[in-house]
Amino acid sequence: MTTIKTAIKKKEPVKQEEKKSVYLTKQLNLWYGDNHALKNIDLDIKENEVTAIIGPSGCGKSTYIKTLNRMVELVPTVKTSGQILYRDRNIFDKDYGVEELRTRVGMVFQKPNPFPKSIYDNIAYGPRIHGIKNKKILNEIVEKSLRGAAIWEEVKDRLDENAYSLSGGQQQRICIARALAIEPDVILMDEPTSALDPISTLKIEELVQELKKDYSIIIVTHNMQQAARISDKTAFFLNGEVIEYDDTDTIFSNPSDKRTEDYISGRFG
Amino acid sequence: MSVREKFDYELNSAQEQLILLSNMAVNALTKAVNALASQDIDAALEVIEGDKEINQLEEEINDRVILLIAKQSPVATDLRRLVVIIKVASDMERVGDYAVNIAKETIRIGKEELLSTIVEIKQMHELARTMLTQVIEAFVEEDVIKAKEIAELDDQVDALYGEVINKLMLSGAQNPDKISQITQLAFVCRYMERSADHATNIAEQLFYLVRGQHYDMNK
Repeated sequence: MTTIKTAIKKKEPVKQEEKKSVYLTKQLNLWYGDNHALKNIDLDIKENEVTAIIGPSGCGKSTYIKTLNRMVELVPTVKTSGQILYRDRNIFDKDYGVEELRTRVGMVFQKPNPFPKSIYDNIAYGPRIHGIKNKKILNEIVEKSLRGAAIWEEVKDRLDENAYSLSGGQQQRICIARALAIEPDVILMDEPTSALDPISTLKIEELVQELKKDYSIIIVTHNMQQAARISDKTAFFLNGEVIEYDDTDTIFSNPSDKRTEDYISGRFG
Repeated sequence: MSVREKFDYELNSAQEQLILLSNMAVNALTKAVNALASQDIDAALEVIEGDKEINQLEEEINDRVILLIAKQSPVATDLRRLVVIIKVASDMERVGDYAVNIAKETIRIGKEELLSTIVEIKQMHELARTMLTQVIEAFVEEDVIKAKEIAELDDQVDALYGEVINKLMLSGAQNPDKISQITQLAFVCRYMERSADHATNIAEQLFYLVRGQHYDMNK
């Protein structure tokens, strides 16, 4: 009956196989003039995963995501140091063309921003710029992209209508389809559902789950439950620093930094 | 009151209810064992009657926690605390049920002369009661060291349980007319041993609450 009690054993979690990095950020610093907006960022973002970036307003999360396709350089006072390796190549290298990068990295913004053109022309815009003129090929791309963005069934009979005639949620999926049309490798999403109603939000969230099979997705979101629902990894930004970066399951069940816990539990921010 | 303050208030209320439930369950267990030792049928009946309140309180705690989870989408420590509250409430409710079972055995034994094993049964109860009381203190103070010590006491309960069962089996040969009481007392021992196991479960839950990881103390 007597049992010998040894030291208490902790149950170890099962380890998973490592995926390849799509973006490897090393000691990235960014200044807007004198404002040090990103401080020593180290992040290893894996392919075919959804990586969520969370944090309070002004923490640098949008700046970071806009740095990944060098859109942040549109701000004249921006200075950067450090490296961002996209598929092992530093995107800040002088011979790295920004167009080349943006062909591989699509972006979807907070507010749907379709062009004031027909649904068809919105999707065909990118491929046409890249020199595709064959109508049959364009038709295929448009259908494939709209299907990929889970909006084909809703718009297939009205491709000639102006994209502005669609609802906000539909417009956002058109923007996702437009990003898919150039067959990117990565899709950046900057609060893609913050202007949408719950049903449209759910559709986009389901879409993100589908898309990660073929793309790597990096999403900035203010909605913590959304990050918890759809992402594989979560990075918590605060005052321009990455406070914690881990599996989403860990971040939302047992974060290691008190500041992360306080933020996700709604104690500040 | 801010949204966060309201959440904290509800969380604290649920925890206070849990402590109340725990005290009620431990008191019921003590009262049941005392009723058995003094062969007090009325006290045993009171234990059975009192269990309704324990069950009701457990349901109230469950409802409160489920509502909080549904409305506030808690995460991290908040979420673990709520889940742990539900589980500990379930452990304590079970201890209340064991008190009822002991009370029923007391009624079955009635006024028949008690075997001397009641002494060891009271010792077992003392250990189980200590474990349950201390684990609740550890829970309130979030003291994992204390929780670990409590889990270690369980070895003593298990050892005593083995001894008492052996003694009861031997006394069966000497007292063939008391086979029925021997069986009933063996059950009582089992309920006490199980109550101590629930204290160990709660200690494990405390580790999970504080550290976010699972520990096995029931080895």
